[in-house]
Amino acid sequence: MTGLATLGTLKRINDCLNPVESLAMFRRMCLTRYFELEVAKHYKEKAIHGPVYLSIGQESISAAIATVISGWYILAQHRAHSVYLAFGGDIVKLIDELLGLRSGCSGGLGGSPSIQDKDIKMIGHHGLIGENVPLAVGVVLGTGKPTVCFFGDAAAEEDYVFSSMGFAQTHQLPILFVCEDNNLSILTQKSARRNWELADVARGLGMPAVDITDDPWLIAHYTREFIQDLPAFINVRTCRHYWHVGVGVDNPPEWDRFRLVKDNLVEMGYLTQFYAVEKEVKKHVEELWKQRSQIR
Amino acid sequence: MEATLADTIREITRKHLKQNDGLLLGQAISAVGWVNQTVPDDCMENIIELPMADVAGAGIAVGTAIAGRRPIFILRFGDFLWLASSPIVNYAAKSKQIFGVGVPVFIRALSDENYGLGIVHSACLHSVMMHVPGIRVCAPMTPGEYEEVWRVFMNNDDPMFVSEHRQSFQQEDEMRDTVEADADITIYAISLARYHAVKAVEILKKYDVKCNLVHIMWLKPFELSYRLLEPLRVSKKGLVVDSDYAIAGASQSIAYELTEATGHPVTAMGRKDESMGIGQHLIHGTPTAEKIVDKVLEVMKNAKDR
Repeated sequence: MTGLATLGTLKRINDCLNPVESLAMFRRMCLTRYFELEVAKHYKEKAIHGPVYLSIGQESISAAIATVISGWYILAQHRAHSVYLAFGGDIVKLIDELLGLRSGCSGGLGGSPSIQDKDIKMIGHHGLIGENVPLAVGVVLGTGKPTVCFFGDAAAEEDYVFSSMGFAQTHQLPILFVCEDNNLSILTQKSARRNWELADVARGLGMPAVDITDDPWLIAHYTREFIQDLPAFINVRTCRHYWHVGVGVDNPPEWDRFRLVKDNLVEMGYLTQFYAVEKEVKKHVEELWKQRSQIR
Repeated sequence: MEATLADTIREITRKHLKQNDGLLLGQAISAVGWVNQTVPDDCMENIIELPMADVAGAGIAVGTAIAGRRPIFILRFGDFLWLASSPIVNYAAKSKQIFGVGVPVFIRALSDENYGLGIVHSACLHSVMMHVPGIRVCAPMTPGEYEEVWRVFMNNDDPMFVSEHRQSFQQEDEMRDTVEADADITIYAISLARYHAVKAVEILKKYDVKCNLVHIMWLKPFELSYRLLEPLRVSKKGLVVDSDYAIAGASQSIAYELTEATGHPVTAMGRKDESMGIGQHLIHGTPTAEKIVDKVLEVMKNAKDR
């Protein structure tokens, strides 16, 4: 395996999480994977109205970061089921939101791109890419509390993203910026849009920054390192499996980190444990979807 | 000496920053006159100089409102609203309805005119904000009105758009409605047009035209109160005058509502539908007292001809 799937890989990186943490991280990945497979199924059955933005293929990023940090303010954008679930957002409220129920996390008014959970300090997103970045900087300025902000590689091109990161650096605010870089703006590749990388820009601003693949142990490693010296930026190369919006698929993904992580867990000797986790999460998620769909 | 409007704004701000741990954010606000002496110079720990990044700055200000700091966000020139509006319109104004979370940011948008400030430093843009759901809009011109606006802001969790005018900052006195039992017309005035309307009413007396003058400070929510409607029911003719553009603006909108509510014709006037420039012939400011007089006389003539 070469290319972006291995970008920045370090030797013996899997040791950065202990067995309990590694399995907790994998549990988070399973939660998103099986949750979103149910989303796709219900969307095809027309039980879900409105657009859906799936994180399948990108689960490892928030799963890894949530394994390292907790209790932070969280600002993500439209593709945020994985963030919501990884950080412990209420899964029933997320199902209800997608089903358009008043009991949803945004009262059924926001849908897939506009989810929130006050209990995990996740602030809702309105749908404009990248605008969560200045909002996040304002939140950390106003609260003085650590904040993590997720956005995509297209959002990184919004002019207000640079200037907000610059403001955070100027004021030395405790914020971790994370770019989920799937190389696509809908279907337009990054190379057609720009010839620079945001990690270079962040380093130019003076903050620690790294450009790595979506190996969750690698992400966890840099998260642990960077939270000692915020603000900081992590650019993570990843593979979105589904369309930008909806549940369609064009080509097979270049890599599937979910499968690669399972391979790693086998190599680490956790076959029995990961299999049990995966089976349990899958069953739990499917049962919840079944229950909530029936009350709709 | 009475406190001026500038004094009032400065003291409200000082109290908010020192006692409420509030924040004040804006570009170049702690220098060059401290925004016409409306910004206190002894609260720097709670004053944030924003970079000249308009959208990011507005987003950061809105973010501090999410954080519960009830920020005051200054747009030194109202025209900058076109750049700064996205986080205000798309997040602050919508959050309460979508997320159930109020985002109380106090936006001070300053207008100016008649100084040759030109293309992008002369506008008065409250009308465009009236078009946005989820935000309160007002144009206070006196110390007492500003205090009322602040009380409403602090007792609610809605964003507040405050349309200010630099030519009001030395105002000390409150402005009362004048209502006469046998008035010929009711003039409703907004922002700087209120000062011009006061002069116009005096001039019109020489033409034997008696005017009611009703001051409008709250633009949204706009309440069709007895105070607003009764003078029109008596005079049976009305005119709304504003410092913003008339076309699709506050003056036309309010004139329509007044007509709908009473059945009496109400016309509107505001800035011309023209770009402003540096030259005197391109200022296109708030209708002057003379222009208001001309308009009233035209309305009176048309009514007589009918």
